[in-house]
Amino acid sequence: MISTDTDILATAETWAKDGRGVALATVIETWGSAPRPVGSHLVIDGEGNFLGSVSGGCVEGAVVTEAVEVIADGKARTLEFGVADETAWKVGLSCGGRIKVYVERILVEKVN
Amino acid sequence: MDLGLLSALNSERAARRATVLVTDTSNGVQRLVKEVDIATDPLAALLDKQLRSGKSGAVATEDSSYFLTVQAPPPRVVVTGAVHISQAMAPMARLLDLDLTIVDPRTAFATPERFPGVTLLPEWPDEAIGKIGLDSYTAFVALTHDPKIDDPGLEAALRSACFYIGALGSRKTHGRRVERLVAAGFDEASLARIHAPIGLDIGAVSPAEIALAILGEIVSTLRGPRRQTS
Repeated sequence: MISTDTDILATAETWAKDGRGVALATVIETWGSAPRPVGSHLVIDGEGNFLGSVSGGCVEGAVVTEAVEVIADGKARTLEFGVADETAWKVGLSCGGRIKVYVERILVEKVN
Repeated sequence: MDLGLLSALNSERAARRATVLVTDTSNGVQRLVKEVDIATDPLAALLDKQLRSGKSGAVATEDSSYFLTVQAPPPRVVVTGAVHISQAMAPMARLLDLDLTIVDPRTAFATPERFPGVTLLPEWPDEAIGKIGLDSYTAFVALTHDPKIDDPGLEAALRSACFYIGALGSRKTHGRRVERLVAAGFDEASLARIHAPIGLDIGAVSPAEIALAILGEIVSTLRGPRRQTS
């Protein structure tokens, strides 16, 4: 699991250096039977390609959609998924847990 | 996150050095704290505790809240001796996410049949350990009972920053071992790093029980005690 996270962060760096828009999603809080531990990463590019996992497949689709927005407007945001949430029913965190995911853009300094 | 910060984080990881990424959750401001800089950081106590837990998590101070992303290298256990105890250790270490390497120049012992899926180095410990490199996320365990194999391993471990050193043997055996290591130039303070008799005192008898006692002691050294003993 740890080595997988290394690959994810290394991929985030490679993609950003290749000039792709990149966002990093991190699980920052979990309640109940969340499938992936706090600190798990998902890296997403502007095209919606992704690597890693924040929920073992349940809410990745929604996180990727939001991440594409984050890449476009540069504003970091915190997403929450849980059974009480209509979106979560829709995207299906069926294990009954709740998770909070922080999504941020990888900022590449522009050379003038 | 700044690409520069991400690159710095990745190069620390590649070098098997721990870091904590501090994100201020109110404004998204981030900084990377290397393990060597934790002691002098304003959040020293919080960062140290989080790093020792090996897990990322949210923390709060009186005026701010932070998310701490812990990047600790995967802990390794290097063992001299492809023996019964290390055979029992292999599946336990796997469950504990400890990366096990077994060093034993006796090729009749160090066979893949006896150690399926384990990194085996059928070499002398001084050569093998030079290649592996013992860092502060490595534990070293000497299990052969044979000074020709264990001693060079222990000498390399004592010269390194590894977080745990243990050696199998009775108090008498260890007494003789200490004499040899003193003769080799090690002082009392560094020899006190060796856990001997090895393992937590759980009255272990079978090889599997001894493996459990050793791994328990390694985990306890890595994580630190949780309960106050007062």
